[in-house]
Amino acid sequence: MRKYYDQITRISGNVVTVTATGIGYDELAIVTGTSGTSLASVIRMEGDQVSLQVFAGTQGVSTGDRVRFLGRPMQVPFSDDLLGRIFDGAGRPRDGRPDLEAERVDIGGPPVNPTKRRRPDRMIRTGIPMIDIFNSLVESQKLPIFSVPGEPYNELLARVGLQTNADVIILGGMGLRHDDYLRFRRTFEEGGAGGRTILFIHTAADPVVECLLVPDLCLAVAESFALQGKRVLALLTDMTAFADALKEIAITMEQIPSNRGYPGDLYTQLARRYEKAVDLDGAGSVTLLACTTMPGDDVTHPVPDNTGYITEGQFYLRSGWIEPFGSLSRLKQQVNGDTRDDHRSIMDACIQLYALCRESREKRDMGFEMSAWDAKLLKYGDLFETHIMDLAVNIPLEEALDRCWDILARCFDPAETGIRRTIIESHWPKQPTAA
Amino acid sequence: MNGRIVAVFGNMVIAETSGRVVQNSVGYCCRSDGARLLSEVIRVRGRLADLQVFEETRGLKFGDVVEFREEMLSVTLGPGLLGQVYDGLQNPLYRLAEQEGFFLKPGVYISALPVEKTWTFTPKVQAGATVGAADTLGTVPEGIFEHQVMAPFNAEGDLKVARIADPGDYSIEEEIAVLTDEAGSRHPVTMTQTWPVKRALNVSRRRLMPTEPLVTQVRIIDSMFPVVRGGTYCIPGPFGAGKTVLQQITSRYAEVDIVIVAACGERAGEVVETIREFPKLQDPRTGRLLMERTIIVCNTSAMPVAAREASVYTAVTLAEYYRQMALNVLLLADSTSRWAQALREVSGRLEEIPGEEAFPAYLESRIAGFYERAGAVELADGRIGSVTIGGTISPAGGNFDEPVTQGTLKVVGAFHGLSQARADARRYPAIDPLDSWSKYTGIIEAEKAARVSRLLRRGNDVKQMMAVVGEEGTSIEDFLVMLKAEFFDNTYLQQNAFDPVDASTSAERQRFVFDKILEFLDLDFEFDDKAAARRSLVRGQDLYRNWNYAAMDSDEFKKIEGQIDEFIAANAAND
Ligand SMILES: Nc1ncnc2c1ncn2[C@@H]1O[C@H](COP(=O)(O)OP(=O)(O)O)[C@@H](O)[C@H]1O
Ligand SMILES: [Mg+2]
Repeated sequence: MRKYYDQITRISGNVVTVTATGIGYDELAIVTGTSGTSLASVIRMEGDQVSLQVFAGTQGVSTGDRVRFLGRPMQVPFSDDLLGRIFDGAGRPRDGRPDLEAERVDIGGPPVNPTKRRRPDRMIRTGIPMIDIFNSLVESQKLPIFSVPGEPYNELLARVGLQTNADVIILGGMGLRHDDYLRFRRTFEEGGAGGRTILFIHTAADPVVECLLVPDLCLAVAESFALQGKRVLALLTDMTAFADALKEIAITMEQIPSNRGYPGDLYTQLARRYEKAVDLDGAGSVTLLACTTMPGDDVTHPVPDNTGYITEGQFYLRSGWIEPFGSLSRLKQQVNGDTRDDHRSIMDACIQLYALCRESREKRDMGFEMSAWDAKLLKYGDLFETHIMDLAVNIPLEEALDRCWDILARCFDPAETGIRRTIIESHWPKQPTAA
Repeated sequence: MNGRIVAVFGNMVIAETSGRVVQNSVGYCCRSDGARLLSEVIRVRGRLADLQVFEETRGLKFGDVVEFREEMLSVTLGPGLLGQVYDGLQNPLYRLAEQEGFFLKPGVYISALPVEKTWTFTPKVQAGATVGAADTLGTVPEGIFEHQVMAPFNAEGDLKVARIADPGDYSIEEEIAVLTDEAGSRHPVTMTQTWPVKRALNVSRRRLMPTEPLVTQVRIIDSMFPVVRGGTYCIPGPFGAGKTVLQQITSRYAEVDIVIVAACGERAGEVVETIREFPKLQDPRTGRLLMERTIIVCNTSAMPVAAREASVYTAVTLAEYYRQMALNVLLLADSTSRWAQALREVSGRLEEIPGEEAFPAYLESRIAGFYERAGAVELADGRIGSVTIGGTISPAGGNFDEPVTQGTLKVVGAFHGLSQARADARRYPAIDPLDSWSKYTGIIEAEKAARVSRLLRRGNDVKQMMAVVGEEGTSIEDFLVMLKAEFFDNTYLQQNAFDPVDASTSAERQRFVFDKILEFLDLDFEFDDKAAARRSLVRGQDLYRNWNYAAMDSDEFKKIEGQIDEFIAANAAND
């Protein structure tokens, strides 16, 4: 029989402080009062003053409420019965079906020993040339889409998600709009993936602290499946909502903010989640794709900035396409050496030339005369945008590479591309096809 | 001596105790299930000791016991360090995985060096000899090195060798010598010693001015912004600019005896690349496997934060240890910003008065203290050893005007600033040739390097001017300067890290190619118009670029060299 504690000494923000002893750090508790029940977890202990973050928020919590500690950290049920189910940020079913009677696993468990990680080497083909050629996605990669509200980032996330052919897809929604949530469900069902998806959904209407738990719930389940040898894809959107929830708690706890109100450990907090992406040596893998909306479209904002330092690249989604500059897959070189011998040369040359094209466009926009070279670059840029960059393009890698050669041959002399001679000799189109 | 936990907050624990507590000493927080979590005392106030815990504090309770020790956080030094993969507290990760499986369970510590293994010991002193701290008592072979078994580093005054082991095989736990000090006390010696990580290990006659170039085989570094053995340098850059790739290729190709990789608070996946590759890759200089000259200390971003703070010190202490054997050691730390952030997290929990961006006021002195541990030294017997430190910096928002970058720039000898614009245009390595600097002298004559620097600067000026007045408003002379600067950038500064040949360029080749490029750039070109100028330089560029992909002793190299000479002759004839 566990004891109840009823001396609540402070209620502030989403945190309550209760007088209690014998409590473990990070332990889970239940706060019960007239306004309902909520889970809570220990985030600070000072003498007998134990501070808890209350998952459902402290609205309506009174000094007369009671706290019961559960003697364990937050857990999540884990079994195959999770497939096809939908939960909220506290791990309760939100699909109207009963609770799961299953083994439970701790969330936020210890990191993987680096020597037990495999080198990722399986390319994920998406049919999107901007990804497949220029920034190949690799199984077990952790990669966010940087975007701004209004861009189709959730659509892109779902589209790539379906392409991966993962054994299990886990979606974590944080601060998700209700219609986005429904759209994800529909996409997965129409894509025939409904039976292998698990959703943990926190919507904008739900309590803030529950938002904090979503990544941990998703990743604990993902890790457990991976340990069974499954190839898991976790999709987390929007990680900026998660970071903002962290900020709220930190401010309540009177932590000294380091940058724009975010706590000094924002990097560590994000990294502990993202680093759950893994290719386990002798078991399965977790691939982690996320969305990070950039407040004010500013990539130096602490959330995208810290994220970029943690993840294995990022895709910038802007004006409806994946930006060639700034977008990066850090794992691309693990796989793009084994696709086709011209893959890397095309990747480098096309981007370098596109960078030059942008310079020429700037000059043109300022009203300068265009040299013959500028004209070539301008032509190239237009072709590249319509036939490669456009997100509507959905073709296999090899076809996309051929298409790039074709565009180059229509615009340049071989030496102007900067591509090394041996590759030019074997790939330069003899007869560029007409547009 | 024990205390009791009275508060837990994040990775910080406050313990109450009535006994003696040593600042920076080690403590163990004893969780009720028996796990003992390694911690360090970081502040003492009356009967309260604040400890940073090197593990997750989950499950610690009010009233749990804290065991205080006298010793400070230390590493074990001895044969068998090379080739190891350690966490920040010197736990050997391979053996930990054998024992514990996939996960790093808090509170599990195993000995840093294998105790079963025996080493073939050859004594170098005789009984009755007089030795001092760090003097060689004997050697054991470790890979390609004669690993020296040394007298204790903290010994004071002269010691007499009372006993020395016969040649033979011994484990690291066996006594191989007994030394007596001036007071007559006997000190048994094994092949290992321990040393506190936060104290510099340097037993030498004197520190030397570092002047010997450290060839990294990265052209822009060796030729333009060189590093020297015993020197320090930093690589700040926004994410994705190429800091880690630069360090990875340096760890492969740098001409030093030993490389210590400190993966500090960044991606585990990047360490995995090194862990998986190095045991298979040959070191072209020695013919041995690269792993045999490498030690990896990794405390990646998901591993506990306090141990991240310790990891750079662990790494630099290992580097200093091999310097005592007259070896040249290169320490690569990626990223020092994560270490600084760990300091910040702890400082925040201690509620110290924050400085800029909430970093503690002592940040700069800590950074300086860390880089100060680099250096070339002359050992007691006249041999020379060095520790070179290269650290990456991950500035928030890619803005170098922040405390870690600024604090580091004050103390290092070379600055390799990475530029987002260069990385975006795939101009790798993205070291900005206009911003970066080095106080050291490298492998290219200073006069020539300075000439190229001027060209790059002028080329950039022209480019900026052209953005205002357009190509038509630019004189052909200025236009040519811009083209030449681009030429040098494209053919020399840029280097493809993923090409087997281009990835590394020897000092000899760098000198040769540098001169050959100058020969071209020094030509008195006469062009009718800008288009002709661009055509000609693009053609030359193509030749030189392809040259970079040809191995220096290959026929292809000779062939392209011939074509370049013809090209130069043809353009010279234009005059
Ligand atoms: N020298 C280089 N040559 C080719 N590609 C590079 C080079 N340096 C970096 N890159 C590309 O940029 C990516 C990011 O580099 P990385 O070193 O991880 O950046 P950082 O450590 O600065 O965040 C790499 O994965 C690679 O694709
Ligand atoms: Mg890096």
